[in-house]
Order: sequence, then C-alpha cells, then structure tokens
Amino acid sequence: MASRVDALYIFLLIVTGMMALLVFTLVIFFAARFRQRSGVSAEQIEGSTPLEIVWSTIPFLVFMVIFAWGAVVYFKARTPPTDATEVYVVAKQWMWKVEHAEGQREINELHVPVERDVKLIMTSQDVIHSFYIPAFRIKQDVLPGRYTVEWFRATKPGVYHLFCTQYCGTQHSGMIGNIVVMEPAQYEAWINGGSTGPLSATGEKIFAELGCVTCHRSDVQGRGPNLQGVFGKPVQLEDGRTVTADENYLRECILDPGAKRVKGFQPIMPTFQGLVTEEQVNALVAYIKSISAAKPGAKTNAGAAAPRNPGEDNIQAQAQPGSQVQ
Amino acid sequence: MSMPTAMPQAPIPQTTERENYLNTKYGVWSWLLTTDHKRIALLYLLSITFFFFIGGFFALLIRLELLTPAGDLVQADTYNKLFTMHGMVMIFFFLIPSIPAVLGNFLVPMMVGAKDLAFPRINLLSWYLYIIGGVMMLHCMLTGGVDTGWTFYAPFSTNFTNTKIVEAGLAIFVAGFSSILTGLNFVVTIHRMRAPGMTWSRLPLFIWAHYATSIIQLLGTPVVAVTIVLVAAERALHLGIFDPKLGGDPLLFQHLFWFYSHPAVYIMILPSMGVVTEIIACFARKRIFGYSFVAFSSIAIAVFGFLVWAHHMFVAGISVYSALVFSLLSYAVAVPSAVKVFNWTATLYKGSIHYDAPMLYAFGFLGLFTMGGLTGLFLSALGVNVHVHDTYFVIAHFHYIMVGGAVMGYLGGMHFWWPKISGRLYPEGWARLAALIVFIGFNLTFFPQFVLGYMGMPRRYYDYSHMPEFQVLNVLSTAGATVLGVGYLLPMAYFLWSMRYGKPASDNPWNAAGLEWKTASPPPTFNFEEEPEVTWEAYNYEELDAPHKEGVPVA
Repeated sequence: MASRVDALYIFLLIVTGMMALLVFTLVIFFAARFRQRSGVSAEQIEGSTPLEIVWSTIPFLVFMVIFAWGAVVYFKARTPPTDATEVYVVAKQWMWKVEHAEGQREINELHVPVERDVKLIMTSQDVIHSFYIPAFRIKQDVLPGRYTVEWFRATKPGVYHLFCTQYCGTQHSGMIGNIVVMEPAQYEAWINGGSTGPLSATGEKIFAELGCVTCHRSDVQGRGPNLQGVFGKPVQLEDGRTVTADENYLRECILDPGAKRVKGFQPIMPTFQGLVTEEQVNALVAYIKSISAAKPGAKTNAGAAAPRNPGEDNIQAQAQPGSQVQ
Repeated sequence: MSMPTAMPQAPIPQTTERENYLNTKYGVWSWLLTTDHKRIALLYLLSITFFFFIGGFFALLIRLELLTPAGDLVQADTYNKLFTMHGMVMIFFFLIPSIPAVLGNFLVPMMVGAKDLAFPRINLLSWYLYIIGGVMMLHCMLTGGVDTGWTFYAPFSTNFTNTKIVEAGLAIFVAGFSSILTGLNFVVTIHRMRAPGMTWSRLPLFIWAHYATSIIQLLGTPVVAVTIVLVAAERALHLGIFDPKLGGDPLLFQHLFWFYSHPAVYIMILPSMGVVTEIIACFARKRIFGYSFVAFSSIAIAVFGFLVWAHHMFVAGISVYSALVFSLLSYAVAVPSAVKVFNWTATLYKGSIHYDAPMLYAFGFLGLFTMGGLTGLFLSALGVNVHVHDTYFVIAHFHYIMVGGAVMGYLGGMHFWWPKISGRLYPEGWARLAALIVFIGFNLTFFPQFVLGYMGMPRRYYDYSHMPEFQVLNVLSTAGATVLGVGYLLPMAYFLWSMRYGKPASDNPWNAAGLEWKTASPPPTFNFEEEPEVTWEAYNYEELDAPHKEGVPVA
C-alpha cells in the first residue's frame, strides 16, 4: 500500500513541480524582461481563445490522469481481500481496544504477522476517531453506531506509529499506539499465549446468556430467523428490499431490530441498545459469522489450517473459531 | 476609444482640504449611525483588524507550544481551545469579512459608479450583526471557550464536550447574517446600480469576483446557520440528529457543515483574486489577458465550489463511489483556478511592469496561491488523500490558500487603495520590506508543514513527545511564524503613521484605470461630484498611458 501511494505522490511531485516551475519561470522572466523602461509602453493584448482552450484542456487531461490513478489506489485501499485476518477495533476516548479473533485483547497496540492481509473492523464507543498508520499510508475514520473497515499488509517486521487523526477531545494527542509487526512464528506464539478463548466462543456464550438462542434456533426455524449460514448472504426484508448480511447489518439488527426486519418475521425482538457493550456486539457478530463460516466438513480441519497462510476463499478468522464450536 | 474618454476627471491640486467622507462630519455618532458605505468599510476595517490580532495571538501560542515535543506550555484543554478559537476567529471574524466587507464595501459602489450600496441601512445593520456576533464570540472565549475545532464535528460537539458550543454557534450564526446581508447588497448593487455605460463586460474583474462571492454568501451561509441550529437542538434538547446513540447520523453533520464550509473557502479567496487582478493590470499597465475567461472563471469557481464538499470526507466513511465523484469534481474546480493563474501570467507578457508595494504583494499571492492550488491536487487524489488527510499537509495546504492567497491579496489591496481610502501615501520602502518579510515568513512557517504532514504528523496534537522526529520542522515553522508576525505588524504601524504623517495622495497616484480613481482621494460622501458615464472598456491603460493625453487638467 505504502509503495502504491508513494508512487502516485512522486508522480504528483513531478507533475506539480513542473507546473510550478513553468508558472514561476514565466512570471519571473516576464517581470524582469518587461520591467518598466522609459519610452517603452505596454503592448495591449486582448487575449486569445485558442490559448485559453489549450491551457484549460491540457491541465484538465493531466488532472484526469491523476484522478484515475488516485482512484485506483483508493479502490485497492478500500477493498479488503476476502481472506484477510480479521481484527476488531473499538475506539473510545482516549484509547484503542483491539480484539483478535483468537481471543487476544490489547490496548493501544496491535500485533500482526508480517506478509499477511489484516482487516480491521472498527467502531467507536463515543465520538468519531480515526485509525491512522502513517507508515502504511492508511487511515479510516472510526464512527460510533456503525462499522468501518480498513486493511493493510505489513511487509517488514518492526514497530510503527498508530495515531488517532480525528480530533476527539482533551487527550486526542495521547490516543496513540504501536503497530507491532512480527515474524509469523513469533506471532503464532504471541497469539496463542494466555488468551481467554476465541472471540466467537465468547459470542456464543453471550448468545446463550442473553437468550438469543430461544428464538434464533439452529435446528429449526424459531420465532426469529435461523442464523446458520446467514452471513454474507442476501436477506429479503419485510419492506421488499434486499440487503446483504454483512457486519454492519448484523450489528444494526442487534441494536435496532425493527429497522431492517427479515421478511416473514414479527417485530418482536427487543433492542439491545445499551444492554450490550461494543465488545459484546463484536463477539456476537464474530459468533454469527462463525456459524456461517463453512460446511461442517471444513470446520474440523480449520484449526489446523489457521497457522498456515490461508489461501482459500474461506475467511481464516471464521475457520478458526469453527473448531471451537464442537 | 472615443475621444472624450478621459473627460470626467477633474483633478485639481489642493491647498485647502476638500470636503470628503472623512471630514464631512465628526463625532462618534456620525460613525456609529453612518450609512456611508466608505465609513462602514472603515468600521469593518477596525473590527476585523482587532479580530485578526486576537486570532494571530492564538496562532502564536499554538506555535510556541509546538516548539517542543512535550505539552509543556499550556494544558491539553487549553491548547484545544486555542486552535479552535484561532480557526473560528480567523475564518468567521476575519477572513470571510476581510476583503468583501472592507475593500468590497468601500469599492463596489465606486467601481460601478454608484453613490452608495443599494441598501445603505442594511449595510450598517450587517456591521452591527458582525459586532454582536463578535461580542458574543469574545464573551464565549472569555468565559471558557470551545474545544471542538472550528469544524464542530458531531457527536463530540453535541453530546460530549462540556464547553460553550451553543454560545459559539450562536455567535457564528449571527455573524453569518452579516455575511448574507453584505452579499445581498453587492448582488443588488451590481445588478441595478451600475452607471450609464457600465456594461457587464466593462466591469472591473474585482466586481466579477465579488459578484461570485456574494452568490456563495447568499446560498451557502444559510446552510451553516441551519447546521448550527441543529447542533444546538441536539445539544440542548437531545433531539437525535447527529449522534447515533440518539438515532442520528454523524456523517449528516459533515455533509451539512462542508456544504457551506467548502464554498466558504471561495468566499475567502475569490475577492482576493479580484484584488490581484486589479493590481496586476495596473502595475503591468495592461488590459487583463482574457478578460471574459477571468470573469467567467470566477462564476465557474462559485458554481463548482458547491459540488465538491465531500472531498473533506474521503476517509470519513462515505462510499467509494461517492468519493470518486467528489474527487472528479474537485479536479473540475481546479481548472478555472488554473485558468486565472495562466491569464495573470500572460498579462505580464509585454507589459511595463512596476515594482510598487501592491505589485510585490500580488507577486507573493501568485507564488503562494499557486503552491496552495497545486498541493490541492495532492489532496484531491483519493489514494494520497487517505494518507495526508487530517495531517499537517492539509494545514499547510489551506494556509497557503487562505493566508498565502487571501491575506496576501487583502494586504495588496489595502496598499493599492490606501491612498484612496485615507488620502495619504504610505512609506513605499517600508511597504516593500513588509511584503518581503511576509512572503519569507509565510514560507518558513508553512512549507515545513507539508513535509511534516507527509511524515504523518496529525493535526490538533498538542503533545508529540512520542514522535521527537517531528521537532526540527516544528522549530522551523515556529521561527517562521515570528517572522510572519513582524511582517503583519509592520503595515499596521506604517498605515497608522501615514494617516498623520503620510504625504497627501493625489486622486490617482498609480494612474490606474477604474471609476474609483476618477474621484477625489478621499472621495466625497456620495463618491462622485456628478454621475459618471462610462464610455471606455475596463483596464484602458493604453489611453491612460498615451503620451498625448486628451483632456489633461485645465488648471
């Protein structure tokens, strides 16, 4: 990512440098060459439409090249690979709370393996923050009430700055941290050390504790939709629309169940707004994703697959918890 | 080109002082109840200068804090209030009124050949609204201030901070009406009060720029007023508008806010472009190259300026596709700005260029505005924006436009028209020195911030002790700010000095084109002894410089 942004940046430096040089040279040259001299008066020139067209069109074409290039870089930065390792981030005044699918939690630090795509699923508990890693040239605002996503692939082990770049109050400049990029072996040791169990298992527990299971049954169709396999699939709504059951949809259904009700179900689900923390919502979402992950066959060897770099289309974060469900 | 063109002018060397707008009446009430656009312009001049130095003082404290990485000069909350107040004061109480309310107020009626603005009392009302807003802002600052940044982002502003949001919002709300009324007055004056013969294509480009500005003021300012009311409603009444916890949408705030606040940038820069156009024409002794392209580029900027607001939101969580549209449109608005720069440059070609102080400011404007514009191309490039958004790169960029561009133009205009305003000449040597100091100080302050931004230093950080690598550039920047401060104090000193000791100015010391130079310096209350009739094109420098001057003074 960094090199893609830098390439465009250098291109911009060259192009704008040339434009600036052109304008400054002409201004300085004209100012010197045509300075006032007695007996020589200015020569009146009306203007020239062809010239105007030329110096409107050429910059415009150059701008379009910059635009297209910038758009391509942006598009890549905004589209996380489907097999990326998923990490949940909760921002609050003034700290970053990070939860890995494997259950590791950290504050103001994010440990990631080198050469693996990492997707951050982020939300805020209070105001707007922004998750910025200058070295990776990525930044994304983190909003309350919804998930936003960014992703990166670190190429060199090391420790990098993490900044909050959306002003968020008194300790805004203290809302900083470190991105620790580790060699895969080191990372495996770190991720498996002393965790409380995978996030999806926590989610399953909450799912049972809150009584979700009584309506959202996994064997038969209960009073609420069966959630097996629902993640990532289109859902028919009562009002006729169809939405994709992504993270934001699941989140909204938990906190505001009436907003996008599934076709054929009664509006009987209470809201859990205020009853569950952001972390618990993340765990629930991770759980629902895990039961949508794959066919039963894939689940069993998923645990073994996790340490390797998963090249399959199944998301590694989903595969991992799958082994825990049994 | 007709023969009697230079006729209306009747400059007579004076020994006894003529009656003019300054000496016609004396006393506080003759000023506070005046409906003379020139006197109101001076009232504005005093008030915005006051706010400029308040805002500048805040800037100085900000730069001093950033001299060292640790947050050791002021506390975090104080720092947050400082940059918030710096932004609010400079934008709403200095930059937005600066050129329109001072130079525009003074010159628009004269340039179109009118006795006054269309609604002189509304003009006075606009100043009072500005003062009421300003007093409210001062009161707000003295009793605690605000710490949201001038952008008021919700839900921080609506449900989290416990500073004086509603009061600051109301101050801006009231001052906003002053801006709307000024815009309204200009639009009506330019449409309805032009002197006989002053066709649209003969208008000075200063007028075109103010026309475009006024349209933005009229159409944009109500939106920010509405936004402020919504913030106040959510804050005071807990109506769910922006805060998701109450069922609102925080991005809605950003859309509404930038729908005004992006065009507001053009409220600040367009008048400055108008000033620079007048100065370049005068000191190159030439008609502006491509008059109609420069005129219509102002309108194009005003129109496109309303369609690019979401380029402040590329990382805010808007969809990829809307980001693409707004990036594309941002490049569209860059074209008319580029056209202006090329036309100014071409105007210099085969001119007879004088290096008087106003022209030095215009050169400074050209350099700094070009830099600001070109770095805007970086920010509109989506991929790069993700990296530099909300870093010092953005700070440097918009200061190049709004301080490098707008304030340079404002100072250039103040020098250019000072003889007309005051009837006195300022000391030329000092003025050239000040122009140089401002240019050097400005670049020293803000150029390092581009580098800081690309290195990743976020804006609105009062403490960067974990990133000591940022210090060297911050020290440079602070050093530059002190130089810049000197550069800004100098003109104030010698302008004041000149009011008493300056040499009396002739009616047209620059031998400049334009109706405002065809009346006395300072002008009489109703601007012209008799209604002018315009028979010449704008920027008729060829006639003014012709060796055989028809209609030379009789005396």
